[in-house]
Amino acid sequence: MTGVSASLHRAAPMPALPRFRAPLVFGMLLLLFVALAGRSLYLQWIDNEFLQGQGISRYGRTIEVPAHRGRIVDRSGEPLAISTPMKSIWAFPGQVEMAPGQLAQLARALETTPAALTKKLEDGSDFVFLAKQIPPDVAERIATLKIKGIHDQNEYRRFYPAGETMSHIIGFTGDRDVGQEGIELTQQEWLGGKPGSRRVIINRRGEVVEDLEAIKAPQAGRDLALAIDTRLQYLAFRELKAAVDANKAKAGGLVILDVQSGEILALANWPTYNPNAHNRVARDRMRNRALTDVFEPGSTMKPFTIASALESGHVRPDTVIQTAPGTFNVGPNTIHDAHPNGALTVEQVIQKSSNVGAAKIALSLPSATMWQTLSDAGFGTPPNTGFPGEVAGRLRPAKTWKPIEQATMAYGHGLSVNLVQLARAYTVFASDGELKPATLLKGGGAVAGRPVVKPETAIAVRHMLELAVQPGGTAPKAQVRGYRVAGKTGTAHKLEGRGYTNKYVASFVGFAPVSNPRLIVAVMIDEPSAGAHFGGEVAAPVFSSVMGSALRTLGTPPDAPQDNVILPAESAPVREET
Amino acid sequence: MVRVNLLLLAVLVLCALSLVTSRHQARKLFVELEREQAKARAYDTEFGQLQLEQSTWAMPARIEKIAREQLRMQVPGPARIEVVPEGAPR
Repeated sequence: MTGVSASLHRAAPMPALPRFRAPLVFGMLLLLFVALAGRSLYLQWIDNEFLQGQGISRYGRTIEVPAHRGRIVDRSGEPLAISTPMKSIWAFPGQVEMAPGQLAQLARALETTPAALTKKLEDGSDFVFLAKQIPPDVAERIATLKIKGIHDQNEYRRFYPAGETMSHIIGFTGDRDVGQEGIELTQQEWLGGKPGSRRVIINRRGEVVEDLEAIKAPQAGRDLALAIDTRLQYLAFRELKAAVDANKAKAGGLVILDVQSGEILALANWPTYNPNAHNRVARDRMRNRALTDVFEPGSTMKPFTIASALESGHVRPDTVIQTAPGTFNVGPNTIHDAHPNGALTVEQVIQKSSNVGAAKIALSLPSATMWQTLSDAGFGTPPNTGFPGEVAGRLRPAKTWKPIEQATMAYGHGLSVNLVQLARAYTVFASDGELKPATLLKGGGAVAGRPVVKPETAIAVRHMLELAVQPGGTAPKAQVRGYRVAGKTGTAHKLEGRGYTNKYVASFVGFAPVSNPRLIVAVMIDEPSAGAHFGGEVAAPVFSSVMGSALRTLGTPPDAPQDNVILPAESAPVREET
Repeated sequence: MVRVNLLLLAVLVLCALSLVTSRHQARKLFVELEREQAKARAYDTEFGQLQLEQSTWAMPARIEKIAREQLRMQVPGPARIEVVPEGAPR
């Protein structure tokens, strides 16, 4: 039994554990740890960038820091162009979900009808602008409606308080606040701002809590001061518009120039447009004619012919020129005076504006001498005012001149100028023989010019120009109460195609006060068709009213008594030139 | 030795807590700064708009219209102008 019991009690030998089990388990655990360490190493070191990026994209944001465009101001700091933030509302039509009530509210905020809005949203495109450049407070109201699929974006809109009076100089900007015309275009570099950016951390309320990296500072546009004086500009515009209307003219231009500094204090054009709503305006109205269009100046050119002859010693102011019988043959061509005169002194040639006299004087000069004077006075080269598209005008090289051409150029035909060029050329007579650089930007006062003629010559011509506006001259209507003025009329046939037409360009260029010239005013009226077409009838009265008001506005001391204006009797025949 | 360690532990905890609070403070101040800067930008915008409004009101065309039509002003005739020369005794 015992044997049995013993055998029963003898513990069945435990099956021996395989020797490898413990090391296996241990090894596997170790492997797991290795995997864990490997993974964490991978995450920490190798995949680090991706993960950091993911994290930042959840709480970090790049915010654009807007930079607004610089203002344009006039010479006294009056704003002429200001950018102000606006919002544009756009939608992904596919994502838009809104209740009819919301639609009505949205339509009301956008000042349109629900039907019009629905039509816009259902025209099949993926993206539509519902409203462009609306005031921020309206956009705010729309944002509070919380309509899915409707978003807004920041934009700038530029406003021009001076409107149509100054649109040609300033120009305008496009949608993205980039200059498209005028000063806005040429000064884009100066005016335009460069937006900056910041990387920031935001909290769950959407507030910025920390800057992540260095801020890229926005570069705001700089302000730009123009030479324009808003008061004079308005005056110029008002008078020009009135004159164009009264003479049923096609177009017109007026420039006021400061004699000492060459600054353009006013530059008005007609027709014009409103830069605050420039989208529907014909390109033609946008042209700054005073700088981009040329015309044949006519008799306003005569003083330069005379100055050239005086300068080179060919004539003296009292030299007598025989202009009878009012015609003069140059080869097969004949030059006419509108009103035949007899023997005239050089002074009287300007005063009476005799074509024959001017042509005879011109032909006594070598063509190179005359060309030199005209070229030195700035004809044939762009005036460099800093305006886009300004033209040079035409002044052909002296070698190609035929005698008849030299004779007609003496009284301003066969060459072309723009109005600013013409006004600037008169700085030669208004100063003591120096041509001042014309500029649209505010400068620091008087500038040195380039000498063109001797001071004596300039003074002699100035005296002749003063005679021209007095009774007996061609433009008594240019006289200004309280100031001595000097100037010259121009009436040119328009050149169309190959020949001259019976359409005219009437002009007047002059300066005042003669005792110490301060301003030059140049007026050009294109195709006056209400009867009168002479510069002395059409352009001179504009000169007179603009010059008088401008001098008073600037507080220039009068240099003549208040009753100095002597107009010839109404019945007196109009003595005019062509 | 143990004491020193405990002391260091306390200092460490204190430091950690103060770091947390100052970090929090910094964020609060930063948010405030942001808010003030946004306000400054808004004022800047408003300034621009006011300038625009002012210059619109002050346009010579409008001034002239009011002077002529409402106030019935006009340029005086030559008979009513007396010129006082510069430096003349009063």
